[in-house]
Amino acid sequence: MTSLASKSNVQLIKDPRYIRNIGLLVGGIVLLLAAVLVGLMAGAISLPAAEVWTALVRDSDSEARQIVWNLRLPRVLTGMLAGACLATSGAFLQGVFRNPLADPGIIGVSSGGGLAAVVIMILFPAQIAYLPMAAFFGALGAAVVVYILAWKGGASPLRLILAGVAVNSLLGAGMTTLMILNSEKVQAVLPWMSGSLNGRSWPHFDALLPYTIVGGLASIFLIKQANLLVLGDDTAKVLGNRVETGRLLIILLSTFLAGAAISIVGMVGFVGLVVPHIVRLLAGGNYRILLPLSAIGGAALVVMADTAARSWFDPIEFPVGILLALLGAPFFLYLLRKGLGK
Amino acid sequence: MNAALSASDLKYGYRTNTVIEGFDLDVKPGEWLGIVGPNGSGKSTVLRMLARLIQPHHGTVAMYGECISGMSTKAIAKKLTMLSQTQEAALDITVRELVRRGRNPHLNWYEECRGEHEKVVDWALQSTKMTELQHRSLLALSGGERQRAWLAMCMAQSPEILLLDEPTTYLDIAHQLELMELIRGLNKEQSLTVVMVLHDLNQAARYCDRIVAIKDGAVVREGRPSEVFQPQFFREVFGIEAKIHDDDGIPFYLPCGIACEREG
Repeated sequence: MTSLASKSNVQLIKDPRYIRNIGLLVGGIVLLLAAVLVGLMAGAISLPAAEVWTALVRDSDSEARQIVWNLRLPRVLTGMLAGACLATSGAFLQGVFRNPLADPGIIGVSSGGGLAAVVIMILFPAQIAYLPMAAFFGALGAAVVVYILAWKGGASPLRLILAGVAVNSLLGAGMTTLMILNSEKVQAVLPWMSGSLNGRSWPHFDALLPYTIVGGLASIFLIKQANLLVLGDDTAKVLGNRVETGRLLIILLSTFLAGAAISIVGMVGFVGLVVPHIVRLLAGGNYRILLPLSAIGGAALVVMADTAARSWFDPIEFPVGILLALLGAPFFLYLLRKGLGK
Repeated sequence: MNAALSASDLKYGYRTNTVIEGFDLDVKPGEWLGIVGPNGSGKSTVLRMLARLIQPHHGTVAMYGECISGMSTKAIAKKLTMLSQTQEAALDITVRELVRRGRNPHLNWYEECRGEHEKVVDWALQSTKMTELQHRSLLALSGGERQRAWLAMCMAQSPEILLLDEPTTYLDIAHQLELMELIRGLNKEQSLTVVMVLHDLNQAARYCDRIVAIKDGAVVREGRPSEVFQPQFFREVFGIEAKIHDDDGIPFYLPCGIACEREG
């Protein structure tokens, strides 16, 4: 298969991925910056880049400053953080489950957070301020229940997925029941259910930022763990890894990140599924590059999708989650077909 | 002298079905031991217990005299490694990246594979003839190359004991022999202790110092290949009639048919 390279040639063969990965990182950052810039420029009133820049750097009472600094910037930044959290979470879970279909929904994050949010919105509308906290703990609770149900001398990926399916359908049934019994209040719930950045501002950003920082730092320490788990349980054990502890830590971190994101922006789907998938196709399966690229890609995707959702359909504000699903589903089918062709 | 690996009175079973019972084994340092036996005889189960991938329900496994059930996973991994029949197939990482992960037992949780560790990685790649392919993706390798890549990862652990579970099953004959020769080199030059579950009995006779035959969860024959290879052995353990020939002191067998009074 390979021609016999001479000794001097061997020295010259350097890892071709190194250059490519740096290129991908730079490309990802440029894409994200472009998405942010367009996100600040586009909207009901479009502003040229120069005006956006002036509004960003100079404090004034101008209308542009109002729009850019108080409306668009916090929304774009919140979308960035949420996208990064969701994509990181998905990238981790796909590795832990060794299943390309895994996303934060698989361990009950969406249904647990969703049920908690619906309970607050429908049954305790006065306590709406506690919605993010309820959604976060709902997500965490559901994931813990899934994990406990899957445990049988160890939590194998297959049992985790099966337990996740069961818990998801149970919580989903609860959510639907609540909504049917209170159909007059469903209107208020729907935008949250489909994931929306509408009206997200500095307080939302301030709430999400510490979670993102803590989760991001923890992610760095779990990269090695994820890289071992993808080799399979047996191999990871033979390499001296404590498989169950590592898997639990990664599941907890993924739940933490995704739970924080959906508690602020609602049930935004597809980011956690599609972004790590694309990144894996481009950059390969090493978490040292897969994880940062997924975070950047997720941030860029949510910012772009939200910009489209609020400017394409003006004056209607489209929930970003629906747009992501509308674009994400066909793309995912395309990936599946491409995979089948191999 | 302590045995590299020793198992005493192992028992393992699923519910009412006992897979292994009363199993004893001693593996000398630097020895190449082949474990053979019919399907379902419990060969793989024994290997998995030796690597502590599963815990025996009774009995103990000791490595250089120390009971492995009380050792940390990392302490075991510094001396013992295992290559299975098949590995995670859909991994898009380079060979070198895979082999670097073999250094894991020698690194603290905050440490990266660099410096001296990279030199071990170079050595592991070289000793498995994977240096030229080190920057290829695992996805782009043939079956034989991929198996060598995983063996390189095992060698990067700088193990003293290598366990292998039918590592040649899905390889063509040339790649089978290539892998066996590689392991022979490691066994002789590094005095690596090798315990290998094997399907091909002729290969077992050619490469192994000693053969242990398992049937119904217990050792039924044990000894040098020339001692084990007797018509009676093939009749009792595998239920076949076989003719034994000799090739420069290495026995080989030719199957001639199913034995008449075959049990079960």
